[in-house]
Amino acid sequence: MFYREAGDFRTTYKEDQQTFPIKFDRYRYYLVLFLAIFVVPFIVNDYWVNSLLLPFLIYAIAALGLNILVGYCGQVSLGTGGFMAVGAYSCYKFMTGVDIWWGGELLFRLPEFNIFFSVIMGGIMTALVGVLFGLPSLRIKGFYLAVATLAAQFFLVWLFNRVAWFYNYSASGQISAPERDLFGVLITGPSTTPWAAYMFCLFFTIVSAYIARNLTRGAAGRKWMAIRDMDIAAEIIGVNPLRAKLTAFMVSSFFIGISGALFFAVYLGAVEVGEAFGIQKSFLVLFMVIIGGLGSIFGSFAGAAFLVLLPVVLKVVGVDLLGWPTDIVAHLQLVIVGALIIIFLIAEPHGIAQLWRVAKEKLRLWPFPH
Amino acid sequence: MKDNAESYVTEDGRTIGPVVMEMKNITLRFGGVEAIKDISFDIREGEIRAIIGPNGAGKSSMLNVISGFYVPQEGEVWYRGAPRPAMKPFQVAQQGIARTFQNIALFEGMSVLDNVMTGRLTHMKTGMMAQTFWYGSAEREEIANREVAEKIIDFLEIQAIRKTPVSRLPYGLKKRVELARALAAEPSLLLLDEPMAGMNVEEKEDMSRFILSVNDEFGTTIALIEHDMGVVMDLSDRVVVMDYGKKIGDGTPHEVRNNQEVIDAYLGVAHD
Repeated sequence: MFYREAGDFRTTYKEDQQTFPIKFDRYRYYLVLFLAIFVVPFIVNDYWVNSLLLPFLIYAIAALGLNILVGYCGQVSLGTGGFMAVGAYSCYKFMTGVDIWWGGELLFRLPEFNIFFSVIMGGIMTALVGVLFGLPSLRIKGFYLAVATLAAQFFLVWLFNRVAWFYNYSASGQISAPERDLFGVLITGPSTTPWAAYMFCLFFTIVSAYIARNLTRGAAGRKWMAIRDMDIAAEIIGVNPLRAKLTAFMVSSFFIGISGALFFAVYLGAVEVGEAFGIQKSFLVLFMVIIGGLGSIFGSFAGAAFLVLLPVVLKVVGVDLLGWPTDIVAHLQLVIVGALIIIFLIAEPHGIAQLWRVAKEKLRLWPFPH
Repeated sequence: MKDNAESYVTEDGRTIGPVVMEMKNITLRFGGVEAIKDISFDIREGEIRAIIGPNGAGKSSMLNVISGFYVPQEGEVWYRGAPRPAMKPFQVAQQGIARTFQNIALFEGMSVLDNVMTGRLTHMKTGMMAQTFWYGSAEREEIANREVAEKIIDFLEIQAIRKTPVSRLPYGLKKRVELARALAAEPSLLLLDEPMAGMNVEEKEDMSRFILSVNDEFGTTIALIEHDMGVVMDLSDRVVVMDYGKKIGDGTPHEVRNNQEVIDAYLGVAHD
């Protein structure tokens, strides 16, 4: 009753194949887009952007990327943190001008890229690295592949720690984003306005979601899902397994790279690789995907929102309302998040996205049971 | 023996074309076990070719050789007049050979429609970049292939469940969806591995009707493995009989039924 599709007829395949075939969904989506673009930037303050919106948008991109690999293509990956680091460091190198040395001499130095293209290059470089680390996936599956990607995680963090070229030989071993602007509006650096950072990330999030949706509803997505559900049958239907898996690694890593670049350049501003892109980041994004819902675009957003919002909500309730000490709340946070993950895995292995689907089915019939 | 390149008309008036696929002295071993021993037979254009035999006779292995899962140690597979090099299963699929499995091998996480659409993948050539923005050829191709998929769905009478996740379907319908997926590829040769296993009489009748009309309307050549003798004798134009990896009979259903070796294999021989 609340959610109706009766009388909503679709007469062409084009209409039937659109992203939101039900009118109600479509208008709600337009409304959310409108609010996000035309209302939110005018009312946000520094606190909202930095503790909620930016992490949500950036983690949503990472979750989208990982969901393509794990949820759609069925290839488990624990290398997300490492791939985000690749995105961040490539973005940094392209922002500051890539210098190529040969035998102790500077061969050439690329001009400094605009921040927008630096982020894109972060994605592209990560896609290449992702394909490289995706190669073993043809031979190994499941847990073994997870361990192989874990190796990628540790190797990449080690690489960015040890090879000084990546952090431009800075004394601290950190990378920090210089001030960069887009059309005269500062995007990175300490004096960036909250709305500019928000809009910049929002743009990437919307485009990523759009691309992810288009790929997953078309031929590419069907190939991935076929590989996920039954690789033998996929092969017999004409899917080249190596190609399907590698494209999944490529697209997935592209998004993760973009999110790593944004995480470094726009959100944190300065990054120490082991701290920002360590193994806990890989797990965090994996939890987002699992809690949100494997194989669902909406689930990626829901999972990111859940894990970004939950600590904030717990902090507000614990510290501000109940007046508990901060450190106890911080510990409690870990306990509660951990417990929720276990509960979710047992009660609803398909995540928030599945809860939402069930709710929609119920609402469609409400107040009648069937 | 009929000439390989010529068509002929059977007694009941069906025209059978020239040979499309020929197995030449195939031997397949798993370690010390010989699953298939020196078997040769051919499949002609437009016919329904049955492979029968008791359990463990090597029928499924034969189908796996045709579809590229197993590479035989000896012998050659000739397809359309040329020996086929060793191929991966997906390359075999791209040559226009589709198959179904004995134990259903559908994509459980996808809807019926998506399953059928995966059958169209060999016909979809648009690159990733165009798909990324659902632009131009990507959208056109998607819609054109959807139309073909819908025709198959209509043909197999599964319109009502097209948006249902496959995991929710009962066994008989799953078998039908799997046939739909294989048909969506518009194969020139369709391999069916026990399409009627575990079905009741009514479902078997439905399935037989579908197999006959696929053969009739699309002109698809069909090779099938089946245990139900009644079905095999009614459907097929020619039958290969296997037992313990060897070929013990080959011919029309009538010839095979009167072959003493076949009768022995099925009914057993008195040891005196």
